[in-house]
Amino acid sequence: MDELFVKAYVDESEKEHIARPNLTALQDGWLRLKKNKAAVVCLFTLIAIGLLAILAPEFSRYSYKETNYDIIYQIPSMEHFFGTDQFGRDLWVRTWMGTRISLLIAFVAALLDLTLGVTYGAVSALAGGKVDAVMQRIIEVLVGIPHLIIVILLMMVMPAGIWTIVVALSITGWVNMARLVRGSILKLKNQEFVLAARVLGTSTAGIIWKHLIPNTVGVIVINAMFTIPSAIFTEAFLSFIGIGMQEPKASLGVLINNGYQVLRNFPHVLIFPAIVIVLIMVCFSILGDGLRDALDPRMRK
Amino acid sequence: MSRLLEVNQLQVHIKTQHGIVQAVRGISFYLDEQETLAIVGESGSGKSISVKSIMGLLPKNGKIVGGSILLEGKDLSKYSERQMQTIRGSDISMIFQDPMTSLNPTMTIGKQIVEVLKEHRKDMTKTQMKDRALELISLVGISNPETRFDQYPHQLSGGMRQRVVIAVALACDPKILIADEPTTALDVTIQAQILDLMKDLQKKIKTSIIIITHNLGVVANIADRVAVMYGGQLVESADVRELFYQTEHPYTKGLLASIPKASHKGGELTAIHGTPPDLMDPPKGCPFAARCTKTMEVCRQYPPEDMLCGESHHARCWLLDERAKAFRE
Amino acid sequence: MIKYICKRLVYLALTLWVIVTATFFLMKKLPGSPFDSERFNMMSAQQQQAILEQYGLNESVPRQYVKYMGNILHGDFGTSFTYTGQKVSTVIGGRIGPSALIGLQAVLIGLAVGLTLGIIAAWRHNSGIDYFTMIVAVLGVSVPNFVAAALLQYYVALKWGILPVGFWTDWKCSVLPSIALSFSATAMIARFIRTEMLEVLEQDYIVTAKAKGLSPMKVLMRHAVRNSIIPVVTILGPIVVNLLTGSLAVENIYTIPGIGSLFVDSIKANDYSTIMGITIFYSAFYIFVVLIVDIAYSLIDPRIRLAAGKEG
Repeated sequence: MDELFVKAYVDESEKEHIARPNLTALQDGWLRLKKNKAAVVCLFTLIAIGLLAILAPEFSRYSYKETNYDIIYQIPSMEHFFGTDQFGRDLWVRTWMGTRISLLIAFVAALLDLTLGVTYGAVSALAGGKVDAVMQRIIEVLVGIPHLIIVILLMMVMPAGIWTIVVALSITGWVNMARLVRGSILKLKNQEFVLAARVLGTSTAGIIWKHLIPNTVGVIVINAMFTIPSAIFTEAFLSFIGIGMQEPKASLGVLINNGYQVLRNFPHVLIFPAIVIVLIMVCFSILGDGLRDALDPRMRK
Repeated sequence: MSRLLEVNQLQVHIKTQHGIVQAVRGISFYLDEQETLAIVGESGSGKSISVKSIMGLLPKNGKIVGGSILLEGKDLSKYSERQMQTIRGSDISMIFQDPMTSLNPTMTIGKQIVEVLKEHRKDMTKTQMKDRALELISLVGISNPETRFDQYPHQLSGGMRQRVVIAVALACDPKILIADEPTTALDVTIQAQILDLMKDLQKKIKTSIIIITHNLGVVANIADRVAVMYGGQLVESADVRELFYQTEHPYTKGLLASIPKASHKGGELTAIHGTPPDLMDPPKGCPFAARCTKTMEVCRQYPPEDMLCGESHHARCWLLDERAKAFRE
Repeated sequence: MIKYICKRLVYLALTLWVIVTATFFLMKKLPGSPFDSERFNMMSAQQQQAILEQYGLNESVPRQYVKYMGNILHGDFGTSFTYTGQKVSTVIGGRIGPSALIGLQAVLIGLAVGLTLGIIAAWRHNSGIDYFTMIVAVLGVSVPNFVAAALLQYYVALKWGILPVGFWTDWKCSVLPSIALSFSATAMIARFIRTEMLEVLEQDYIVTAKAKGLSPMKVLMRHAVRNSIIPVVTILGPIVVNLLTGSLAVENIYTIPGIGSLFVDSIKANDYSTIMGITIFYSAFYIFVVLIVDIAYSLIDPRIRLAAGKEG
C-alpha cells in the first residue's frame, strides 16, 4: 500500500455537501404524516365515510324520509343493512344522510369560524398598537363565555335548521382561532428570519405572503382539525337534547336521540349512528394529533 | 500503577429512526488521581456520549457495545443499574452544560443538595445533612447560605446556579467530577470564575476532573492533559503544553488555528471547511480525510493506527507514518 | 399579585355583563312566550294584563333590562314561569346538590384514573399500558358523553342490573352518571399528564437527579411527577366546561334532579327567567373556576410565584 501515500484528488464541491434533501415545511410535514400509520388509516377512514355519506343515499332504493309501517323496527338484514326505525324508514340511508348533514354542518362551521378567526387574529396582530389592544380586550371578555350555553340560546331564538346551527357554531367558535393566529403571527413577526427579510427590503405584503402565511398554515390546519369534530359533537348534542335538527330530517344527533328513545328494546337503532359518530370523532382526533406532530417544527429532528 | 479510571476501546451505538449511529468508535483514555483531563471536540464528535456512558446515563436508545470502563479496576460497563446508582453521585459526579435547566425548578436549593446526602450518606442525621449543605453552599462561594438554602433556582443567577450544581456534585466528595461543558452557557466573565472555582475546589477535596469542552481557552486554563475527539474517535491526546506546542494531528492544528488572535488584523478568519462525517455510515478511512488539507490516498482507504509521538503523546494520522515522509516534504 | 387579581375581576365583571345582556335580548327575541298556552289565551284581557305585570313583562324592553340588571345585583333572578310563584334563585338553589355531587365525583374519578394512567404511560413510554392510555384518551374525548351515558345505562343498569337505571333515591344512583360524566375528564387528564411528563422526563434536571444516584422510582416520584402535575391545574377550566355540558345530557338520561336537567326542561318550556338564571349561574361558575385556577397555579408553582409578585 506504499503507493497510496500520495496526495489525494479532492473534489471541492463535495466538501460543502449537504446531506439532507431540501424540502418545504409542507412537503416535510406530509412525509412525516405518511410515516404515522394510525393517522393515515384515519385519513382513509374519513375519506371512506365521506364517500358513503355522499353516495349511499343516492344509490339506495329507499329515501331517508320514506315511511313503511309494515316493516318497523326490523333488525339489520340484506334488505336493510342497518335495519329500520319506528316508521319503517331504512336506517342505512338515514345514517348516511345524517352523516352527510353532520359533516356538512361541521365543515361549513369550521370554514366560517376559520375565516372569521384568521381575519380577526391577523388584523389584530398586524395592526398592532391601539387596534390590537382594543381587539385583545374584546377577546379576553369573550373567551370567558362558555360557548355551548350561547349556542343553545341562539338555537332557541332562530328557526330550526342547518343554517341556524352553522351560524350559532361559528359565532361562538372563532375566538380560539383568532387567539392562536394572533399569537403565532406575533411570534413570527419578531423572529430573526422575518427581521432579516425586512432588513433586506422585502415589502410588507411580501413578508405576509412569503413568511407569515406559510408559517401560520400549520396552526390553522391543526386547529381546524379539532374544530370539525367539536362542531359535529355540538350538533349531535343539540339534537340530542331536542333543540337541534328536527325530524324527519336526519342528522347523527337526531338519529342517536331517536335510537336512545327505543334503546331498551331495539338497540340497533342507536348503535349504527353511534358507531359512525365515534369513528368520525376518533379519526379527526388522531389525524389532528398526527398533523400537529408532523407540522410542528419543534418536533422536527 | 493502577489508574483511577481507565477506558479501553469503548464503543457506543445509538439507535435512531434512521439507523444506528456509531457515536463512539473505540476510544481509550485514562485518568489519574487529582488530574484534570479535557476532552475536546466539536458537536457530534461523541464526547458527551463517552462520558455519559461512564456515568451509565446513556439515553434509552444508547448502548455500550464494546470495551471496558475500569474505575479502580472494577468494570463499570458490567455493572447493573442498581450498582451504578451507588456509584453515581458518590464516586463519580457530573455537572451539566446549562445551569438554567439542570436544577429542578420546583425544589429548593437546600433540598436538592440534601437529596444527594440522603442517598449516599445514610449515617448522617438530618441536622448534619443540613449543616453539610450549608457548608457546601459557602464552599462554592455563595454568600448567605441560610437564605439561599430555602430559595428556588429561579431566584438565582446563572453563575450562582452553576455553583449550586457544583455543590450538588461535590456533596459526597466524589473521586471523579465530570463536567460537560460547564461554562458554555455562561457569560464570559462568569466562565472564568467558575473555572477558578473548580480548580480551587479540586485542590481542596482532591478530586479528579474530566472536563468536556470545545473551548481551547478553557483547556489551557484548567487541564493537565487533553484528548481531542473527532468522528467518534480520539485523534490526538497529550500533555496540555505538548498539545499546544507540538501539535501533530491536522484536525488539532485546525482547531488551534481557528482561534482568533488579538494580534490578528484584517483578512479572513481561519476555519476548518466542510462538515463532520456521518456516524451512521462512517468513512472507511480516516474520518477527517474529507476535510483535511493534507489528504493522501491512503487516508481515504485505511483507518490510521494510534501512534506514539512523544512521551504519552498519541495521534491517529497517516502523516506520522514513515511511508508518508516523501509526501510530508 | 393584587393588581393582577383586580384586573382579572374587572374582566370577569365585563364578561358577565356581556353574557347577561346577550341572554336578556336573545330571550326577548324568542318566538312564542311561555304564555302561549290555551289557558292563557282563554283568560280575559284584564287577567292577562295582571299576569304580565306580575312577571314585569308589560313594560318597555329597555326598562325591563334596567330593572333586570338591578335585580340581579341584588341576587334576584326573577320568578320562574313553570314553577309558579317560585323565585328562580330558589329553584336553582334546590337543584345544586345533585349536580354538585355527580360533578365532584366525576372530577375525583377523572383525577384518580387520569393521573394514574398518564403517569404510568409516560414512565413506560411505548409499552402496552401507554397504548392503552392513548386509546382511552382518544375514546374519552371522541365518544360523545350522551352516547357513553346511554350505553352505560343500557348495559350496566338494564342488561346486567348492577346499578339503578336512574332516579334519585340513594347514593348508588349517582355512581353511573358520575362515571359517564368522568370519561372526558379522565381522558383529558391522562393525555395531558402523559405529554407533560414525557417532556419533563427529557429535562436536564431529570438527568441531574439520575446523576445523583437516585433510583428510577425516586426520580419519578420526587422530580418528574411533581413537575408534571402542577400544570394539570391549567386544564381544569376546559374540564369544567365539559362537565357542565356533559351534565345537561347525563342528568337528563339518568333523570337526576340537577341544574342540567332543569336547564333542558326550561328550554323545552320556554321558561325565560329560569333559562337566564341558569345561563348566568353557569357562566359565573365557569369564570370563577378559571380565575381560581389561575390564582392557584401561581401559588403552587414557585416559578410563577415570583413573576406575579414582581408584577404586583
